[in-house]
Amino acid sequence: MKLTEEQINRYSRHILLKEVGGKGQLKLINGRVLVIGAGGLGSPIALYLAAAGIGTIGIADADRVDLSNLQRQIIHSTPDVGKAKVLSAKEKMLAINPELNVVTYETWVCAENIQSMIADYDFVIDGTDNFAAKFLINDACVLGRKPYSHGGILQFDGQTFTVSPGESPCYRCIFPEPPPKDVIPTCSRAGVIGVLPGIIGTLQATEAIKFLLGTGDLLHGRLLTYNALRMRFREVPIRKSPKCPICGDNPTITELKDELDALTVCDLGH
Amino acid sequence: MNLTVNGKPATIGEETAVSITHLLEALQVEQREYVTVELNGDIMDRGDFEKATVKDGDSVEFLYFMGGGR
Repeated sequence: MKLTEEQINRYSRHILLKEVGGKGQLKLINGRVLVIGAGGLGSPIALYLAAAGIGTIGIADADRVDLSNLQRQIIHSTPDVGKAKVLSAKEKMLAINPELNVVTYETWVCAENIQSMIADYDFVIDGTDNFAAKFLINDACVLGRKPYSHGGILQFDGQTFTVSPGESPCYRCIFPEPPPKDVIPTCSRAGVIGVLPGIIGTLQATEAIKFLLGTGDLLHGRLLTYNALRMRFREVPIRKSPKCPICGDNPTITELKDELDALTVCDLGH
Repeated sequence: MNLTVNGKPATIGEETAVSITHLLEALQVEQREYVTVELNGDIMDRGDFEKATVKDGDSVEFLYFMGGGR
């Protein structure tokens, strides 16, 4: 497979980078990334992956565009209100880059559907807004040996790190169990500054691109935290926990289940 | 004793080892019931929070759940 004249032109600023080049761009074109969530984090992730020429991008979300989303979910526009988020996202991604294969999943991820969904992809990105989904994605990726990027945001704070199962610590090495239902506020109740998902989501997209290129250092064993008010990034070193319930020495989680206790009413209905 | 808390120097009045529960109170840490505590690089079991494990020179990180994304 060779790049066409049009592709050489479109991706010229990538191809100029010695870490990418024509070969790297072909890796991106042949790459397959699944974005779970087409909201705050999912918006910049999907747009940048599309622009970068990731050849196959899956996008999963059961929600529809709401007016209150538009303060931060930059892939959706005012005329999209009421439209399925995955369809609205697909339109914008194909407008940037018509040669992509965008696969839409108009559904919430659950224990029953996630394994077959992630199996088709090289890398998974968590852009969800609830702990049930975040723990499920971690568990499915660890059990399925699929590298993924975790991202979380709230108010003015964000965090991200990258998990390569077997090689690096997972989400449960830090947080063994989800918090009890309703004790940790969600963005829909506590608010979020609109630019925040742009920052964290763009970092997550960068990890997917580096993973496909096989270049640089992934965010393994380092929880990157960001506070927009203090304009400060920090890195907290994380070790693989021998007591981790899924990737530790004696795992207690050996199959997927939905963390129903971690769901909140707004997560389900919104 | 002198500690490093979330990357910054911090001092508490006690001179002998204290429990994590005591430290959370002394530093008025937010979400004390749910915060994850990393002591010198190890994530601590919540069941061990009452043991006197924090001593002079230790490094402590408080890590919070962040469930948002949309």
